[in-house]
Amino acid sequence: MSVLIYIENPNGHIKKSGFEVATYGAKLASSMGTNAIGLILGSATNAGDLGKCGLSKVLQANGLPTNEFDAQSYSHVIAQIAKDHQANVVILSNTANGKALTGRLAIKMEAGSVSGANALPDLSDGFSVTKSVYSGKAIVKYKINTKNKVISVMGNSLQPDMSGQAIDVEQITVTAPTTKLKVLERKTSDGIVPLPEAELVVSAGRGMKGPENWGIIEELATALGATTACSRPVADADWRPHHEHVGQTGVAIRPNLYIAAGISGAIQHLAGVNNSKVIVVINKDPEAPFFKAADYGVVGDLFEVVPRLTAAVKKFKHA
Amino acid sequence: MNLLVCISKTPDTTAKISFKADDTEYNSDGVTFILNPYDEWYALVRAIELTEQNGGNVTVINVGPATNDIIIRKALAIGANDAVRIDTDASDAFTVASNIANYAKTKNFDIIFLGKETIDYNGSEVGAMIAELMDLPYVSYASKLDVQSALSTVTREIEGGEEVCQVEGSFVLSAAKGMAEQRIPNMKGIMMAKNKPLEVIAPMSGDVRVSTQKFVLPPAKSGVKLIDAENMDELVRLLHEEAKVI
Ligand SMILES: Cc1cc2nc3c(=O)[nH]c(=O)nc-3n(C[C@H](O)[C@H](O)[C@H](O)COP(=O)(O)OP(=O)(O)OC[C@H]3O[C@@H](n4cnc5c(N)ncnc54)[C@H](O)[C@@H]3O)c2cc1C
Repeated sequence: MSVLIYIENPNGHIKKSGFEVATYGAKLASSMGTNAIGLILGSATNAGDLGKCGLSKVLQANGLPTNEFDAQSYSHVIAQIAKDHQANVVILSNTANGKALTGRLAIKMEAGSVSGANALPDLSDGFSVTKSVYSGKAIVKYKINTKNKVISVMGNSLQPDMSGQAIDVEQITVTAPTTKLKVLERKTSDGIVPLPEAELVVSAGRGMKGPENWGIIEELATALGATTACSRPVADADWRPHHEHVGQTGVAIRPNLYIAAGISGAIQHLAGVNNSKVIVVINKDPEAPFFKAADYGVVGDLFEVVPRLTAAVKKFKHA
Repeated sequence: MNLLVCISKTPDTTAKISFKADDTEYNSDGVTFILNPYDEWYALVRAIELTEQNGGNVTVINVGPATNDIIIRKALAIGANDAVRIDTDASDAFTVASNIANYAKTKNFDIIFLGKETIDYNGSEVGAMIAELMDLPYVSYASKLDVQSALSTVTREIEGGEEVCQVEGSFVLSAAKGMAEQRIPNMKGIMMAKNKPLEVIAPMSGDVRVSTQKFVLPPAKSGVKLIDAENMDELVRLLHEEAKVI
């Protein structure tokens, strides 16, 4: 028995979310009294650091085209390696690719699966996993009834623990199955932490009046090192790109800090952001519903408050 | 083109979320149910558009009890040609996926559509499971789809960007924003929907792999601390010293 953790390495580099799942898998394996094995498909410059999360083995499988994600061939390889190492639990990140793999692996392994776990499993009575449901409005505890289990872990659910020893990466070779899917093109915004992984988010809504005013939001985000987001009508009006749209019908996020300027706080917006640890609301209307869901509130004109906050952040960072 | 769209029923986005039976079941008293927005706005409408352009048939499929017929009729009113309901409770993702795959295996669909997730369980698992059960490629979080005979070009969302992929032959797709524009059913559509075929079929047997133990509501916020709009240094201090997030 063992726990196999599939760690993504986009562009040959493991991100924080990768170390989160490695930590999750290692902690789970230790409470199950078994070994945690990390797996990357293709190389990663920082693969050696994975051992620090408490893994007993790190495998690098070579032979699959990297950066050419195909759920069908990736899940084939992961399931094969799980079998070779008698893994009865597979852990993944709840990323776009991770979600596409979770269901496939569950079928291959005849496993019960939970996608988007928000904490370590509870082993006190069988095997239970919690996750956020109803778009952040509730949390459910699921019991997995099968011997094999597949769990994808929501970003920012636990802090990576890298206090252990770095270990050598073991190279293995796999044969890639033929694939019916080809990646033709890949567009990513470099240097910006993607929203689902962001710890700090600055978001703005219709109170901004128009796309030409977004400079003050970007300046605040830059000063904080935050990622920008927006409400749905803003994305619908093409003031901002669709991938910035957060909420029930957009991206669901759980950053440490969510700053919302000129957003009223409609229930569908809150659904995607109310798992944030700390919420700051800036709105000129003291009756805006968002204040009820906020930790800190500023009643005022965002066109004055936001630049003032940016200046204060800069002062703090330079102090 | 022969297209299948998987649809599900979810509480309205403004519905109150509460639980009953010792917090093991969703309390649907007084709740309005809707067609899951991703299934309706994106998956279904794009499938209909494709058959309008190329000819063909759109079948919608739901796993659930007879009370779900209302959302099935809505999908037919929007423009699906016919419908199938597999008469069992959607106990977990595997139950839904295995029943749909079991049906779809016999029908030669070119593309099987789903929404990227349901707004109640937020699982995003059913599409991947159907694809695996049928040994088909799966493209998730698709925001654009063009079909040229046996070759489809799909844009999919990834963290912080997107990818353009090409898929050969039949496949399963989960649809996200950008795929199509919402369509409001008109009177004619609603009237026609009443006479479109809805086949009810018996489920296959299978075990429930994941069961619900308990629901809890997230802890309520303790109340907002208001900061003077003139004093943003104070907000920064609180975020650093009290909230410890910067
Ligand atoms: C099925 C469904 C799904 C939906 N999904 C989502 C979703 O995923 N995400 C989402 O965001 N919405 C979603 N919505 C829409 C949602 O109901 C709201 O309409 C939307 O969130 C409102 O956006 P907003 O807060 O930017 O705009 P508004 O509601 O117009 O609010 C603007 C706010 O800005 C404030 N303001 C104006 N000027 C200033 C100023 N100078 N300084 C400070 N404050 C100012 C106003 O007081 C107001 O509170 C959904 C709706 C439906 C029906």
